[in-house]
Amino acid sequence: MPDRDSRDLVDLADIPSLAPTSTAAPVDLVSAEGGTPLLGRKARQGKLGVIGWLSLGWLVLISLAAILAPILPIPDPDEQTASLARQPPMTDGHILGGDGLGRDLFSRIIWGARASLTLAVCAILIGIVVGGLLGLVAGYFRGRTDGVLTAVFDVLLSFPQLILALTLVTVFASGEGVSGSRRMIFLILALGVVSVPVLARITRGSTLSWAQREFVQAARSIGARNRLIMFSEVLPNVLPAMFSVALLGVAVVIVAEGGLSVLGVGVQLPTPSWGNIIAEGRSDLTDSPHIVLWPTFVIFLTVFALNYLGDVVRAHFDVRESAL
Amino acid sequence: MIRSRRRVAPPPSGDFTSTNRRLLEVDDLKTHFRTPRGLVRAVDGVSFTLDRGRTLGLVGESGCGKSVLSRSIMGLLPSTADRSGEIRFGGIRLDELGPKALRDYWGTQLSMVFQDPMTSLNPVMKIGRQIAESLEVHTDMDKDQIRETALSLLRSVHIPEAERRLNQYPHELSGGMRQRVVIAIALACGPALLFADEPTTALDVTVQAQILDLLGEQQRERDMAVVLVSHDLGVVAGRTHDIAVMYAGQIVEMAPTRTLFAEVRMPYTEALLQSAPRVENPSHTRLAVIGGRPPDLIDPPKGCRFAARCPYVQPRCREEQPPLIEADTPGHVFRCWYPVGTDKGREALEKNLAAELPQAEAAVTGAAVAVEAS
Repeated sequence: MPDRDSRDLVDLADIPSLAPTSTAAPVDLVSAEGGTPLLGRKARQGKLGVIGWLSLGWLVLISLAAILAPILPIPDPDEQTASLARQPPMTDGHILGGDGLGRDLFSRIIWGARASLTLAVCAILIGIVVGGLLGLVAGYFRGRTDGVLTAVFDVLLSFPQLILALTLVTVFASGEGVSGSRRMIFLILALGVVSVPVLARITRGSTLSWAQREFVQAARSIGARNRLIMFSEVLPNVLPAMFSVALLGVAVVIVAEGGLSVLGVGVQLPTPSWGNIIAEGRSDLTDSPHIVLWPTFVIFLTVFALNYLGDVVRAHFDVRESAL
Repeated sequence: MIRSRRRVAPPPSGDFTSTNRRLLEVDDLKTHFRTPRGLVRAVDGVSFTLDRGRTLGLVGESGCGKSVLSRSIMGLLPSTADRSGEIRFGGIRLDELGPKALRDYWGTQLSMVFQDPMTSLNPVMKIGRQIAESLEVHTDMDKDQIRETALSLLRSVHIPEAERRLNQYPHELSGGMRQRVVIAIALACGPALLFADEPTTALDVTVQAQILDLLGEQQRERDMAVVLVSHDLGVVAGRTHDIAVMYAGQIVEMAPTRTLFAEVRMPYTEALLQSAPRVENPSHTRLAVIGGRPPDLIDPPKGCRFAARCPYVQPRCREEQPPLIEADTPGHVFRCWYPVGTDKGREALEKNLAAELPQAEAAVTGAAVAVEAS
């Protein structure tokens, strides 16, 4: 397996939703992405299909596992058993074996889901609220407001995303004696800041096209205020585009946390996250590859599921538009 | 209908009494758009008046400024537009009001029905919500009152099963039903003046008459003034009190509907009349076509704007723009140096025929077909 450092960095840059793309209309979202997703016939039709249901099932499963971790009959994720260190799966009833310090890998992955998913969802929520609001304002008012805001988004997007997050976390929440919760909060903020311009641009693009529709003028002609029009006329139409990008964004943030962990500023140990399990497991990569392999596989499934469902959502709402 | 209004325009002064029925006065209205190519004079010096309870038909080809005129009066213009001239609505200068003050007039005093009900309804909002929005903005009604009002509005525009419709989305309704909903929304707060911007253009022919009848019925019931914009003289013929014909941003002829059809003076109006299909013509009668296109509104011609396409055109027409001239019938005005139906006009046409001017010959052959038929 290649070195995780470079892999994560390359992955991040290749994710289309983090690359600076401009999206003009909700319809363009489909074509801009280019081509058909692998195995994506159902996704294109906006139906869940078998893969969609599997994806949804997987996400529900890991979410439940993350929420229920404290009451699940699994070993303490921090308990070290010397005999378990670097043991392969199915040793002594430990389903996935042990990690480098003899902790139960299965338990750590489940507890890791807690940190990774919380982090990803919260960061994207920041992106949706802040980025969505700015994008809505920019796309609705256009003109100078749009010019200024778009310039800000462009500046934010032109920073290498991972470096920006790395810098923020390093400056505000690293070094001796930083508590795990402080690190978590700043990780969420940093990755949230990174996701703001992405969501802002998508929202702006979609708003631009919806705000030109006649029904917005019709609402104006009955005396509705801008705020009312923005939130009750335009926003509901823009939400599907935002939601599908947000799903992709959650996937990107999960991967990004892995990258930050490898660079030493991921979720603070000993709290496990998928990223820092991989980061810790690197030293044993040649002898016990399973320590890195399992969390990687879990990340892979999760990211795949999120991307697939993102496509389904997008396609589904495009259908609605053409049906009108 | 609605008494309690939260942020309503100041109560109109003595202007709405029965002795003074004058509702709208537009004086030398100009709307110019700043574009990279130059200034587009979409509306270029339009004046007219409209009384309560009257319907004005606004007719002309595409791009002659009909829609821009109604939006200029409403104040619904993009920021690239410059508007000048006076608009008095019940004695209040609408053109001097800022966007905030105008909002109190929109919906309650001035309202608009848009052309395409497919795009003028929000696809993701239930019908009931869309009607309620206007009531929420302008009145203090509580939820139940709003629901009741929305229901009675839907019933008044003859939508069957009104109760069920409240919870439906626009895509569940047919085009005609949607346009009825759009009308219900426009009427929700009882406006005094309604602009109907080509309200039937996007609809099936069979539905057009129903929608126009509905508009007429609502107008009579509510004693509302209506500006009916259309490119089709047939649409406005039986349903308006007055007709204004627009060409290249100007009113070229305006008269009470009956007078206009009986005593056409402006060659453009005549051409419009001849280009409309008639029932009395035998089937497969060729329709007369107005050759050419309206002039570029960035650089309009110096003389009469219709000169380049006019069968009656004379040298003077290309040099001097005709003013609005009063005809014999009161209230009938037109812009033409050689009006149709006068000796001057006949001479001009004969001269052009002798000179074999193509548009004159086309006009005569078109007319000949009509004569043969009758």
